[in-house]
Amino acid sequence: MTAPAAQASARPGPGLRGRLGKALPYLLLAPGLFWLAVFYVLPAIQMFTYSISTGSVETGYTIDLSGHAYVTALTEFSKQFINSILYGGIATILTLIIGFPVAYTIAFRGGRYKNLILFLVIAPFFTSFLIRTISWKILLGDEGPIFGFLKHGLGVLPGTFSILGTPVAQVFGITYNFLPFMILPLYVALEKIDPRLIEAGGDLFASPAATFRRVTLPLALPGVFAGTLLTFIPAMGDYINAELLGNPSTRMIGNVIQNRLLVQNDYPVGSALSFILMAGILIAVAVYARLLGTEQLTG
Amino acid sequence: MGTTEAPPTTAMRQAHRGTVLQRVTPHLLPLFTFLAIVYLMIPIAVMIIFSFNDPVGKFNYEWHEFSLNGWLHPFDWPGLPESVATSLEVAVLSTIVATIMGTMIGLSLTRYKYRGRGALNGIIFLPMATPEIVLGASMLTLFVATALPPLDGNVPTLYPTGFTTILIAHILFNISFVVVTVKARLAGFDRNLEEAAMDLGANEISTFWRITFPLILPGVLAAALLAFSLSIDDFVITNFVSGTTNTFPIWIYGVIRNALPVQINVIGSMIFIGAVALVGLSSYRSGRAARIR
Repeated sequence: MTAPAAQASARPGPGLRGRLGKALPYLLLAPGLFWLAVFYVLPAIQMFTYSISTGSVETGYTIDLSGHAYVTALTEFSKQFINSILYGGIATILTLIIGFPVAYTIAFRGGRYKNLILFLVIAPFFTSFLIRTISWKILLGDEGPIFGFLKHGLGVLPGTFSILGTPVAQVFGITYNFLPFMILPLYVALEKIDPRLIEAGGDLFASPAATFRRVTLPLALPGVFAGTLLTFIPAMGDYINAELLGNPSTRMIGNVIQNRLLVQNDYPVGSALSFILMAGILIAVAVYARLLGTEQLTG
Repeated sequence: MGTTEAPPTTAMRQAHRGTVLQRVTPHLLPLFTFLAIVYLMIPIAVMIIFSFNDPVGKFNYEWHEFSLNGWLHPFDWPGLPESVATSLEVAVLSTIVATIMGTMIGLSLTRYKYRGRGALNGIIFLPMATPEIVLGASMLTLFVATALPPLDGNVPTLYPTGFTTILIAHILFNISFVVVTVKARLAGFDRNLEEAAMDLGANEISTFWRITFPLILPGVLAAALLAFSLSIDDFVITNFVSGTTNTFPIWIYGVIRNALPVQINVIGSMIFIGAVALVGLSSYRSGRAARIR
């Protein structure tokens, strides 16, 4: 088996076509990479520049290395950072608890329903994130279909019972919205496991629990890693659930970034907040990869 | 009542409990999965059911009575038809551009070996790993900067933000998803088929269009479908770069402060049913193709 590169350069004749053949891989990359450079890398640089700048939209911005935007971001909004970590973290753990048995069932017990169940798992993506959250607002409302019935129909709940506008409703919404992001990578990891390995565990007199702990779980770890990241990262930055299902004191860092950049036009502090969020996530990912202790996780 | 029967021993009771457990446990996981699927489906059911509501006030929060009003007048709310049109335009254009760019990158990354390829794989992944809110915020700072010194006057201004900036952002976040999807398809590609075509006298161009392209087409279409659904649903990034232009999600976000029109549920249901039909059709066709083959 020869390397594709060798084939590509060997086959076309000399002259223009040969040179074109050599340049082809780079020509194929060019438009997409140009887009990424201009609209991903440049914005990142610009945002960092604003985060160490002072000024206003009217006067323009000049670089100011005092770091006042970072000081403001960390002192005034520590509560919202903590809320993000707390609610995002709880929601991620809940999606793992709900998602693992589901992914396990699809992978090992799905049979001919496998594709149908997978389809149902991603079906929520076919409706807008906003509409799904609004639906929960309807359902969890104080006089909504669930609590209205429990209060007045069955009378098992006091009339003052309320869940909408509490952290519980907010975490519930985040858990709901990111559950498919947990199930899918878990399923992919579990699906790859050779069922004979699990049988072998039983043949060697391991109890089902021990087989699960010593065979299934370690092999599923890459899925756990991918799933928790895919859930935790967007959950940290979420601000819709906080706005629709929570209350002003449960606001997360996403709400503040949104407010600073879109309402107050305070680009330095908004940029600093975004940078702290991004840096925090990168550090968390690195630590997390270390804790799980395998390099092949990222591969 | 057999008084002569010995009372059940502990061993027997344990054996009995064992069989009950054994009979119940195999059903626990499917039951749990069923409940989880129900949990995932509930908001969709609510959306569809409440699209047939005739709400008392301006807010479609509580069930009042059945009505086809929303479905008979699905666009009857100021700003709604324009926002749906914008969403569709952005989704179609960004899907086409991102699918072409992403497929080209995917081809380059899987078929050629060159220095920096590994790093490129990582770079492509970055926009997907960046929280949407940071992606949107950073693009906004760039667009603002094009209208402020020192950039103003030297580059085309992208501020105030609007249709163009929404399109730029949607192409950006779609490219990575297309690359990943197309690469997954190309991974199982049998290069011998191309070599056979070349051995039979086809040149590179006709080999590409008659062998390679038809084989990767399902992957490209899957990527396009994904890009389209990501674009039409995006709120977080769009909110940062949309200015006064409304896409459907942005319009919803604006309107829900003052009203919750039943039309939101109607359009949402239409998009849902359309997407389900599209996916159902494509999986039916690919299933049939597999059987024929």
